[in-house]
Order: sequence, then C-alpha cells, then structure tokens
Amino acid sequence: MSSAATTPPSVDKVDGFSRKSVRKAKQKRSQSSSQFRSQGKPIELTPLPLLKDVPAQEQPDLFLKKLQQCCTVFDFMDTLSDLKMKEYKRSTLNELVDYVTVSRGYLTEQAYPEVVKMVSYNIFRTLPPSDSNEFDPEEDEPTLEASWPHLQLVYEFFIRFLESQEFQPSIAKKYIDQKFVLQLLELFDSEDPRERDYLKTVLHRIYGKFLGLRAFIRKQINNIFLRFVYETEHFNGVAELLEILGSIINGFALPLKAEHKQFLVKVLIPLHTVRSLSLFHAQLAYCIVQFLEKDPTLTEPVIRGLLKFWPKTCSQKEVMFLGELEEILDVIEPTQFVKIQEPLFKQISRCVSSPHFQVAERALYYWNNEYIMSLIEENSNVILPIMFASLYRISKEHWNPAIVALVYNVLKAFMEMNSTLFDELTATYKSDRQREKKKEKEREELWKKLEDLELKRGLRSDVIIPT
Amino acid sequence: ARRCASPAGDKMAGADGDDSLYPIAVLIDELRNEDVQLRLNSIKKLSTIALALGVERTRTELLPFLTDTIYDEDEVLLALAEQLGNFTMLVGGPEYVHCLLPPLESLATVEETVVRDKAVESLRKISHEHSPVDLEVHFEPLVKRLASGDWFTSRTSACGLFSVCYPRVSSTVKAEIRQHFRNLCSDDTPMVRRAAASKLGEFAKVLELEYVKSDIISLFTALASDEQDSVRLLAVEACVSIATLLPQEDLETLVMPTLRQAAEDKSWRVRYMVADKFSELQKAVGPEITKNDLVPAFQNLLKDCEAEVRAAAANKVKEFCENLPEDSRETIIMTHILPCVKCPEVRLNIISNLDCVNEVIGIRQLSQSLLPAIVELAEDAKWRVRLAIIEYMPLLAGQLGVEFFDEKLNSLCMAWLVDHVYAIREAATCNLTKLVEKFGAEWAQNTIVPKVLGMANDPNYLHRMTTLFCINALSEACGQEITTKHMLPVVLKMSNDQVANVRFNVAKSLQKIGPVLDSNCLQAEVKPVLEKLAADQDIDVKYFAQEAVSVLALA
Repeated sequence: MSSAATTPPSVDKVDGFSRKSVRKAKQKRSQSSSQFRSQGKPIELTPLPLLKDVPAQEQPDLFLKKLQQCCTVFDFMDTLSDLKMKEYKRSTLNELVDYVTVSRGYLTEQAYPEVVKMVSYNIFRTLPPSDSNEFDPEEDEPTLEASWPHLQLVYEFFIRFLESQEFQPSIAKKYIDQKFVLQLLELFDSEDPRERDYLKTVLHRIYGKFLGLRAFIRKQINNIFLRFVYETEHFNGVAELLEILGSIINGFALPLKAEHKQFLVKVLIPLHTVRSLSLFHAQLAYCIVQFLEKDPTLTEPVIRGLLKFWPKTCSQKEVMFLGELEEILDVIEPTQFVKIQEPLFKQISRCVSSPHFQVAERALYYWNNEYIMSLIEENSNVILPIMFASLYRISKEHWNPAIVALVYNVLKAFMEMNSTLFDELTATYKSDRQREKKKEKEREELWKKLEDLELKRGLRSDVIIPT
Repeated sequence: ARRCASPAGDKMAGADGDDSLYPIAVLIDELRNEDVQLRLNSIKKLSTIALALGVERTRTELLPFLTDTIYDEDEVLLALAEQLGNFTMLVGGPEYVHCLLPPLESLATVEETVVRDKAVESLRKISHEHSPVDLEVHFEPLVKRLASGDWFTSRTSACGLFSVCYPRVSSTVKAEIRQHFRNLCSDDTPMVRRAAASKLGEFAKVLELEYVKSDIISLFTALASDEQDSVRLLAVEACVSIATLLPQEDLETLVMPTLRQAAEDKSWRVRYMVADKFSELQKAVGPEITKNDLVPAFQNLLKDCEAEVRAAAANKVKEFCENLPEDSRETIIMTHILPCVKCPEVRLNIISNLDCVNEVIGIRQLSQSLLPAIVELAEDAKWRVRLAIIEYMPLLAGQLGVEFFDEKLNSLCMAWLVDHVYAIREAATCNLTKLVEKFGAEWAQNTIVPKVLGMANDPNYLHRMTTLFCINALSEACGQEITTKHMLPVVLKMSNDQVANVRFNVAKSLQKIGPVLDSNCLQAEVKPVLEKLAADQDIDVKYFAQEAVSVLALA
C-alpha cells in the first residue's frame, strides 16, 4: 500500500487562526521500514506441510517449526527480493493465526518461548528516524511501515494467542517479562497508526492478564509521558496509551492509592501543556473525568492545575480547555464547586472578554448548561462580582455582535438571579474603575521612587530621602 | 529633607532606622499582586527592592518570603531564579551568599524544565562565591537533599551541581558526592539517568585520576549499556571527555571496548551520535588507536544501513581525513575511506584536500573514479551544486595538470559560461581568471580566448554580455598583446549591438581594460568609439560612455 500524495488542506477550515497554512506543499512520503541488516544472499526456507494435513499428535511439533521459520525477517524496502519466500512466510503466518483461533491442545509449554521469540524478532526494532522535524501529525500523512504485510499478521497472531482459552499467564510470565513490555511500549512511537492500534490491544490484554506487570506498566507509561512533557514533546502514541489508561482508571479500587493521585496531578495535568494537545485531548479529558467520578475530592487540584496551565497564546487550546472544564463541571459536586469558584470564574471572566470570538463564545455557552446555571445561581453573590466588570465592558466594547448578544443574555440572567447585587455593582462600576486607576498611579509612583533610590545609591553619594 | 550617609550601600535607607517609606509590606504586596504581569515586573526588579531594603532586611525578610511563596506561575519563577543568581552583593557579599540557597533549592525542584534549569544555573554561579567551609556546611547538603528527593525533578537538578562543589571540599565529603553520583547513574527513572549521563564528562573532569579510572569508567560502561538508547547515546558524548583525561595506555582497555560497542549499537541514534562526535573522538584517542580502531569503525558508519547515520559520517569525512597522521594519511584515505563514500560531493571534497593526488593515485584511476562524478555534478539541476563544483575547478586543474584539464574539463568550463543562472556565469568567469593565472597567457590564447570571443556572436544577448564580462576579468591576466590584438576588436565591434545593455557594458569594458592598453591604442581606437556611445540614444549608454571617457582621461 503506497501512501498517496498529500492533498492540500481543506478550504472549509473555519478557524482562521489555525497555523496550518496553505503554503505547505509536502511531497509524497516514502515508506520507511524498520532497520534491516541485509546478509546479502537470498533467504531460503524449506516449505513445511500444512497443519491441517498432519495428524493431531504431530501438530504441536510442526507448530513450533513454523514459529521458528517465521523468525526470519525480510527486507521490504527492497520490493523485488525474496518474493517467493515473503509470500511463503505470509501464508504461514496466516495459517498460524487461524490455528491459534480454533485449535485445542496445541499450546504446550515449549510453545510459549517460541511464540514470544517469534513475535520479538518481528516487531522489536529501533524505529527509523522520521523525516519529521517537519512532521505535523495533523496535516502530514504518516510514514507507513513497509513490512506491514507480515507485521500485521504477527500482531494478529499474538493477540489471538493472548486471548486463547488455553493461554496460561502463569507459564507465559516467564517470557512476557518486564524487558518485553518495555520494548513493546517503545513501539508506541511508531508513526504507523495501524501498528499503534494493534499495540493498544496487545498492551491492554497483557495488562489484563499479568497482574504482576501492572505496576511496572503504569510506571513505564509515566516515564514516557514525563519525557514527552518535559524533554521532547514528541511521541506518536500518547492517544493510544491514554485510551488504555482510561480503562485502567475505570478499574481503580476505592479509596484511590496515593500513586494514582500523584499520577493525576503530576503527569496527566502537565500533559495539557504540550503543543500537540489536540491529538489526544479527547482521551485525556476522558481520563480526567474518570478520575473525578472515582474521587470527587480531586476536583480542586485538577481545576487549579488546569487554571495554572491555562493557554496564554493558543486560542485553539483555550477552546479545548473550556470544553474540558465544562465536562468537569457537568459532574462536579456542589461542595467542590464552592471551593474553586473564585479562581475558576476569574479565568472565565477573562475568557468571555477575549478578543478571539471562539473563545468568548465557548465560555459564554456555559450559561446554556442547566446544571452550571443552577450552581451559579446558588453562588451568585460570589460569582457575579467577579464576572460583572468584564461582562459590562464587553457589552459596550466587543467587536463581534454575536458575542455582544450572548453577553446581554448573560447579564439578563444575572439580573434575574440577584437583582439587588446587580444594581449595586452597576452603580459602583464607575467608582470602582476610578479606584483602580488611582491604585495604578500610586504603584507607578512607588516604583519611580525605588528606582531613584537605586540611582542615588549607585552614585555612592549622600542620599537625600524626601520626607 | 533628611540627609544620611550611605557608605557603600551596606546600610538601610534611613540611618536612624526609619523605614516607614519602604515598608516591606508594601513591597511584598507588589510581589503578591493578582495580575501575573505585575508580579512578573516586580520580580524582574527584585534587585531594586533588595536595594531599598538593604542587605540585612533582604536576608532576614525578603528571602524567607520568597522561599515560602514558591507557588507561582512558571514565568515568575523563571525570572526569580535568574535574579537570585545575581544577588550575592545584595545579601551582603560572599559571606552571606549561602542565604540564597533555600529559595533556589525550591526552584530546583519545580516541574517546569526551564525553571529548574535556570535555578541550577544560578546555583552553579553562586557556588563559586562560597568559601570551602560554606560549601561543606551549606551547599553540599543542599545537593545531597536534591539527590535524594523523591520526585525525579530534584534528582535531575542535583546532577548539574556535583561538579561545581566537588573540587573545594574535604575528602570525606568528596566520597559522599561520588556515592550520590553513582546512585543517580543507576536511578530507576530514565530521566535521571539521562541527566547523570549528560554530566558524566563534566564530572570526570574535576575528579582525581584514580577515581576517574575506578568510578567513572564503570559508570560509563554501565550507562553505555543502558536499556534505553537515549541514555546510551549520552554516554557516547561523555566518551570524548573521558578519553581526553586518561593516559594513552589506559584507553585501549578502559574506553575502546565500549566505544566499539557503541559504533555497532542496534539503535541508529547511538550510531548517529558516534558519527557526529567522530572528529572529537579521533582527537581524544590519538593516532595509533585511530588507525587500528577508528578507521574501520568509520568505514562502517559510512556504509551504515540508516541514511541519517551515513550523512552524519559523511559530514565528518573532511575533518577526519585532515586529522589523520601524516605518514599514513593518503593511503588510509585512498584505500579505506574513499571507496566507502558514495556521494560525489564528499568524494570531491576529499580529493581536493590531498596535497598531491598524482602521487597516490594515477591519472587514469582518477579520471575513472572522479570524472563521471564531476560531470554529473557540473550538470546537476540544482544550481548551488553546480556552483560548488566550479569552485573546485582551479584546484583540481592545478592538481590534474594542463593536459588532463584541456582534454576533460575545458568544455565543462565553457558550458558554465552560458548557464541560465547568473551566479553560475559569474562564478565561471571568475574560474577562468584563476585558470589563466595558473596556466598562463599563452595557454589562454590558444584554448579559451577563441571560445570566449566566439560567444560575441551568440543570438542571446546575455551570452554576448558574458563575453564582455570575461574580457573584463581576463584582460589583465592575459596581458597587453592578447588584449589589444584579439579582445579589443571584439569589444569595439559590439558597440554596434542592438541591445542597449550590451552597448553600455561595452563602455564599462573599455573602462576596465583601458589600463592594459597603450596610449596610442586608446586615442586611436577606443576614444572614437566612446565618443560615439556618448551620443547614443539610450541614456544609460551615454552615462557609462561619458564616465569611461573621464576615468580614462580621454577628453
């Protein structure tokens, strides 16, 4: 399967602020492959009989031989070499997939190491360099794995093997160990989305069946994410790993262990800071909400974390954050709401007055959410003063008429909620602004005095302090 | 107004202790302002605040306040970390510099990488202001605490601090430091191991030689076999530093096995790093080991299955060859290196750096191996590639000799003169000048001048102009006779060209070659033509003709 030439980005992209410009004309991406050290001479495999053609007692042995044959790896970058043998391996792999799915009694103890060996030889490789200082996962086509015809079958086989009724983790754990899992996790950086999809299933099955490996897997995923956030900002498999984590979090027992809470605050929240957030935001938000449904007391640190990392220059991200926040507010408990309402609405107040209309709009849509409205109403005496100044100002100043209209509705809602406070704030609006200006002036004077002092000190002469 | 003496800025603002004008509360309010921008501005002016408070209050009030409120936006924390690095004088000088440690310690544990890094940078800065006693009493315990922190951020930061505190402490403390570093090299988290590996070289430099051999080597070997390739490749970097520290006889046993392993690592990233650091490695290990080990390793890198690795190696070819020991340089290059290099630009690069090619490989071999490459590059679609080859021509011509040149390369040089890219035509002209300088005026007269002059009749005016540019360049090198006899007539004839650009370039040419001609010729032949051009319809032609007349003093 060859990768098609990149089509130019669709012209119906509404968001004019998207930085993906039409200028980029990427060339066709050539297929990459895992590194293959060619021996130079053609590969010869002696064809074996089909499993269905031999008597039952010989099958386990033949099964092992076929596994060993499939350990031979072929060079798919050279499209013409070893065609016959490649086809033979492919059909053997196919056969093995079927065999594992339907057969009974074939899984002897000797088979386990051979299976793991065959899978390891085929899938474990250092991923090739991506051309990708320029690779933009949103726009460019990914580089596909050249040896996919074989690779896919190996993954398929492994998954059926793990899911087989005969599979015994107690035997397998000798071979599917920490080293194996570590190499598996590194493969999540593959650019080929099909491979990542298979890896997701494989890891999920392994996590399910090997209780002894669970802590290790979680720890290594932590390391991958931490490296992603703090060192490289590059890893292709974040979304897939988060999907797995979503179901893991779902299965956490209560009360939550300290390790899990730390993971939430120190790994998941910082993941929000990455530039490529849009690629995995849905999965990330799901994980966050799962956590909060398990333990509502985590709401405060989560929201404070989001507020700390609130996007300052990327409006696209701000809209995502607002979306996630709404999902959190949908499930928030009123007691938790009260704890964070002040910093929360300070941020929302800034968002509604954002000159970027999508951000303002998204924030104003909160007032369409019944549950959020009920919370606001209960706490209007705290929230209204925070929101008032921005709302008032935008109703007079915002460039976008749709936003102004929405703001009027919000002001109206507030007026109905708490008309006394509303009137009070309207009356004092002007004087509040003047007071602020005065404070500003005082601050400037203070700094000026301090700087004069510094200058004088610098001259090392007598210092005159004004009374 | 109250006057008060303020000797050297040590005392507070008021000699009688009256500080009602600058209560710390007010200043601290600024630092706690809701608006992050205002907080940031205040932090950036922290030195002003400290100055207003004076050194004692800075120590006793400002710094504790800062230490306790390290829960701010990363931007603010970054500014703070930077400020504190310059605070030594503001706390009262080196005697008190250790007061800066508590806030910096907190900053060194912050999640955000740039903040941590800046804090470590500031800590390194002020470590030099600490007395050895203070290092032992205050600084090293800080490093120890960081190195035993439970989140990876503090342990990573610790890695950057070992080498600055090691040199000046007692030997018991030194042993502790070494132990901590060892622990971090085998830390559970790859982030910490990476930080330790990246500081390995720096740390080795401050250690005593016996410890380099005992401690560093084993750490180096362990990190070079780490399960993560991102750690292994950092060990390669450290290799250079370590190799420079050890005496030659120890290199073979202590360093080379690991280096050989790295050059064949299954991860292309590690091999890439080896290729990238190759020249430094070469210098560090010395000529003997280079000959025996590095040359074969380099060959393999040049033939690596991963293109990135090959490219990195090819980049280092020139430097590698230049630094080979003189006696064996050319043999090594010709027999080992050159055959591995497929890319023609790199091959040319190597050849042009050989002093005397003829001695090492015969002309026949050269023409067989190089010529196709040269021709291919000379006609490459990308003009910058063509340009690069032109720049080699004079050198190659000198090395290959005039006969070889005439036979094989002359036509190329002429073809470049009519390239459709101006930069190529210009470079080609310059090339011809250099060739004339090398091979002499007579050669020029016989081989290239006729062809150049032939272009004067080309239907394309750009090519006709090239003739003029060539003449401009060649006249001096060719001398008066050739210029007068052969070139001048052509120039004068072109004064009747249809295209104005050609005509005004004739004026310019005459101005240029004028000094080479004798005065009779100037008066008899050049002057009339210039006068004619000075009356031309086109204003540019007029202008340049008039200028030529005045410069040549023909009026």
